Amino acid sequence: MDVKISSSPVRLTVFLSGELDHHSAASMRAQTDKAIIESTARLIRLDFGQITFMDSSGIGFVMGRYRLAHGKGAQVEVTNLTKKYLQIMKLAGLEKLVSLKSEQEVNK
Amino acid sequence: MKPINEMKLKTQSKSVNESFTRATVAAFAVQLDPTVEELADIRTAVSEAVTNCIVHAYPESVGEIYIWAGIYENGLIRIRIRDTGCGIINVKQAMEPLFTTLGGERSGLGFSVMQSFTDKIKVRSVAGKGTTVTLEKYIRGREYCDD
Repeated sequence: MDVKISSSPVRLTVFLSGELDHHSAASMRAQTDKAIIESTARLIRLDFGQITFMDSSGIGFVMGRYRLAHGKGAQVEVTNLTKKYLQIMKLAGLEKLVSLKSEQEVNK
Repeated sequence: MKPINEMKLKTQSKSVNESFTRATVAAFAVQLDPTVEELADIRTAVSEAVTNCIVHAYPESVGEIYIWAGIYENGLIRIRIRDTGCGIINVKQAMEPLFTTLGGERSGLGFSVMQSFTDKIKVRSVAGKGTTVTLEKYIRGREYCDD
């Protein structure tokens, strides 16, 4: 489990990797939130490309980051989602809050 | 119907064991020759049930989680996750999507995920005694896989 940050004035990208469950979420949350708080970018991208496992803890993770970003007037997009992760996030209706993009959708 | 093979696992309700337990049950399920997708469903459903034990059943202490899994001739895997924790007072309400007794970042969708990724779920709980979640999934396996 690891978090890498890439930042530009317009976009903060958080590259998440490893397993995202209740156990690992705490550390991912702390690292991601620190970057969001320090950033002035208007777009926060959470890249799930290197996530190897996710359960419903992923919903809470995205929801929490959405709340933090929203409070700063920033938008959130979640990218590189597998079919399964997309299915889980849609159970929570997350598509109404953040932009969800699957692996196939190439994003610039 | 008797299982053709069984496994048992007892572990402590520490969050670091979430990954270990779901991986162990998935490894046991491999003998049914599941697709990658089916295996991921099992890992996810087990992860939800085990997390519930850790977060809800034993909120202030460390207790035991008992896992049993059996596989059957017709490709069924039955997984039982049991705790002797606080129990659920209202099971029907606990299983409603988005219902959670905890704040923070618990989504209240653990049971919904279990329902989505298995064929059948049964929850038995006695307040003060503990909870047993039984999950059933039919493994169609790789020979039926489209892609």
